Amino acid sequence: MTEVKNNTGRRSFLKAALLAGGGMVLHFSWPAGSKAAAKKALETPEEWFELNSYIKIGENGIVSLFNPNPEFGQNVKTSLPMILAEELDIDWEQVVVEQADFYPERFGRQFTGGSQSVRGAWSPLRTAGATARQMLVLAAAAEWNVPASEISTESGTLLHQASGKKAGYGEFASAAAKIPVPKEVKLKAVNDFKIVGSSRSNVEVKNILTGKPLFGLDYKTEGMLIAMVVHPPAFGLCFKSMDDSVAKTMPGIKSIFTIDSLTEDIDQNFFDATSFTKFAVVVGNTTWEVLQAKKALKVEWEEEPERTFTMGGRKATFPAGLESTELHRAKMQELTKTPGNIARRDGDPERAFQAAAKILERTYTAPFLAHNAMEPVNCFAHVTADRAELYGPTQAPEFISGTLSERLGMPKEKILIRLARMGGGFGRRAYGHHLIEAAVISQYLQAPIKLVYTREDEMTAGIYRPTYSATYRAALDENNQLLAFHVKAGGIPESPLHANRFPAGAIDNYLAEGWQIPSNITVGAFRAPRSNFMAAAEQSFLDELAAEMGKDPIDFRLELLERAKTNPVGQRNDYDAARYAGVLELVRDKSNWKETPQGVHRGVSAYFCHNSYVAEIVDLVMKDDMPKVEKVVAAIDCGIVVNKDAAINMAEGAIVDGVGNALYGELPFKDGVPQKNNFTTYQLIRMNEAPKTIDVHFVQNEEAPTGMGEPPFAPVFAAVANALYRATGKRFYNQPFINELKSS
Amino acid sequence: MATTKLKINGKEHAVDVDPSTPLLWVLRDHLNLVGTKYGCGVASCGACVVHLEGEAVRSCVTKVSRAAGKEVVTIEGLSENGDHPLQQAWEQVDVPQCGYCQSGQIMSAAVLLREIPNPTDEEIDLAMTGNICRCGTYLRIRKAIHLAAEIQNEIK
Repeated sequence: MTEVKNNTGRRSFLKAALLAGGGMVLHFSWPAGSKAAAKKALETPEEWFELNSYIKIGENGIVSLFNPNPEFGQNVKTSLPMILAEELDIDWEQVVVEQADFYPERFGRQFTGGSQSVRGAWSPLRTAGATARQMLVLAAAAEWNVPASEISTESGTLLHQASGKKAGYGEFASAAAKIPVPKEVKLKAVNDFKIVGSSRSNVEVKNILTGKPLFGLDYKTEGMLIAMVVHPPAFGLCFKSMDDSVAKTMPGIKSIFTIDSLTEDIDQNFFDATSFTKFAVVVGNTTWEVLQAKKALKVEWEEEPERTFTMGGRKATFPAGLESTELHRAKMQELTKTPGNIARRDGDPERAFQAAAKILERTYTAPFLAHNAMEPVNCFAHVTADRAELYGPTQAPEFISGTLSERLGMPKEKILIRLARMGGGFGRRAYGHHLIEAAVISQYLQAPIKLVYTREDEMTAGIYRPTYSATYRAALDENNQLLAFHVKAGGIPESPLHANRFPAGAIDNYLAEGWQIPSNITVGAFRAPRSNFMAAAEQSFLDELAAEMGKDPIDFRLELLERAKTNPVGQRNDYDAARYAGVLELVRDKSNWKETPQGVHRGVSAYFCHNSYVAEIVDLVMKDDMPKVEKVVAAIDCGIVVNKDAAINMAEGAIVDGVGNALYGELPFKDGVPQKNNFTTYQLIRMNEAPKTIDVHFVQNEEAPTGMGEPPFAPVFAAVANALYRATGKRFYNQPFINELKSS
Repeated sequence: MATTKLKINGKEHAVDVDPSTPLLWVLRDHLNLVGTKYGCGVASCGACVVHLEGEAVRSCVTKVSRAAGKEVVTIEGLSENGDHPLQQAWEQVDVPQCGYCQSGQIMSAAVLLREIPNPTDEEIDLAMTGNICRCGTYLRIRKAIHLAAEIQNEIK
């Protein structure tokens, strides 16, 4: 057992509860553990007793656990309550789960992103669970007049062995709620875990499979109107004027006007990112009517001059101009040849390159990508004179609440942001411009509205994965030994470089440089930001380098990792070489690496990002000259796995996503216009292109859990590229690979 | 505007809408049947699949006038208690991640299973290619369809 200081203080909780004014509403009917066969809903308790921010216990023993973080398919609504349930020592069948509203005073960080949900919640939720358990124990000890240390718990039951006294948690819930919060509590030993490490089915699965209203787009209130925006058709254009004479007479249309979603005086934060700040808005009774009027609205656009704004207290600018992919490529190529900003330099790389017998140099590129979450951007808002309520998909309410408050001219405590289940996110919904737009529209109309983006609106509205380029160089001596390593990486508009990642630390002479080119095309985090490209480039290059040196690609990586482990170069290496090597060794064993089946072409890749280590081996076959990934074996070190089957599901999905984006994903531009606006032209991976088998293996250890949403995504690209090389004899440097394949 | 009579999940409805309104928006905006999802609006993603006279159609491009007087089944009416073999299988395999596309996936799979009671992987791939899952749960969908076929065979 581990003793921890308790920081789930009752005082702050009570204060926070008063602020909320009873905003928490219970929505549930099925217990968490219910299977298809168990048709009986749990009896709703007559009274709940709150033991802390996350835990309520009914007099009948039913336990309600709050999921603090927004759910977008990573299964936090199940996995986070499992952590609470573990330390509380309850039977999962007696649990109901509620989604928390945005309420940071009570729940702390409520952010879904960066693969941080489980990692960030692990310690606070264990402590909260253990604290509530201890309060129940203390309440029973007082009543039974026995020492608390003699009371044990199991599956929601308190037991005093010596006297034979026994009671369910429900019987002591009322008394426990009055116990002062203990200053220190004991946490379970890892090998005593019963719920953490098991597989628990998604608590929302029944509602999903029967079409219940779970998503923002499903939300409706009495008198709610539908709002749609018309944004500029190209980056670099802005609103000039509109003619609504036809549109405003169309059936069901209530109002047509323009809004400025962000005014110039607002100091933006990174997650306020938005491509367009002035919109035409069409509001009406139903979605279809608004869509028709939107088409009939005539808007004139004009070229926008350089736009300046404040971000984090500093001046920021969007350059003017209508950009094209062709121009981007030319600019990036130019910068690969000019010196960048040096981010890390070990030894004397320049001299080592001069002394080299051979230099291998390769450049890799990747295009802009759209996130394409299945549920388009939307948000409900009802803003009145003295309060605002929002309900919609957002990964990061905390990042938007300040801006929202400033833009509405309303204090934060008057703004309630409720967290809808999200139909995917992939980073796109970390940016909350749609919450602001919805609120500003509602404030203007003084009516409840639901803002709805069409698929086309969303795909052409920005916040994309940036386009990137990276040039790798390796210096070899006459014996084919590695002398020096050089990476120079940049992008539009940001550099993807992680200077202290592998193979930094494994090579005496090392140089990392970055560069960036400004753009008015807005970008944002996309599943494993920056890593999704750096992994592709680096792991493709290491594969080619291993071949050049006559080494097996796994052996070569392990040799470098051995060096980084036993005699690391530099102090700032941000990875654990032993854990890195661990996933490579595991994937090698599980895949029978050396025994490639006939007709199969294998590629390996491994990467560390978002605190987890993942190695993957792709088995690819060629059918009618087209590649098909048949099988993927993954080895993952994310510490303790909380919900095993859910973690496997995440890895499977990330791998399918990676295969799809590596082969097909791209959003090209011409004169500022995104050249794809729907799934008819933007190719997403489909069932027939998905692997038949994905084997996921976890490293068993007792490390605190780390992320699963992003780490399995990053390595896929290079594993596919390396397998494609073995299939075709040709290296693939530019994503999406299908374009290179077609042009060869 | 005109009154269109609809029979959805066995229940009669009369809606006063422009006859060219897609069935999707009539279901979602007028009848509060929001299990049928909007994903693309151009019959490309399959999130809006419903059954019209037993056939899988994309409700986002199906005018409500085409459904007049015909039997429409949505995810809400696929089974009375949420226990269609596909729903049971989806739950056992724990298919969903975000869950947004899954009603469309199930509605497409239901027609497949009726036509081909024991589909092969290739038949599943062919039938389900019109349904995008952005979370990438395709392997689980395949597995769940095979399992649903088994459950269906046991019932028969």
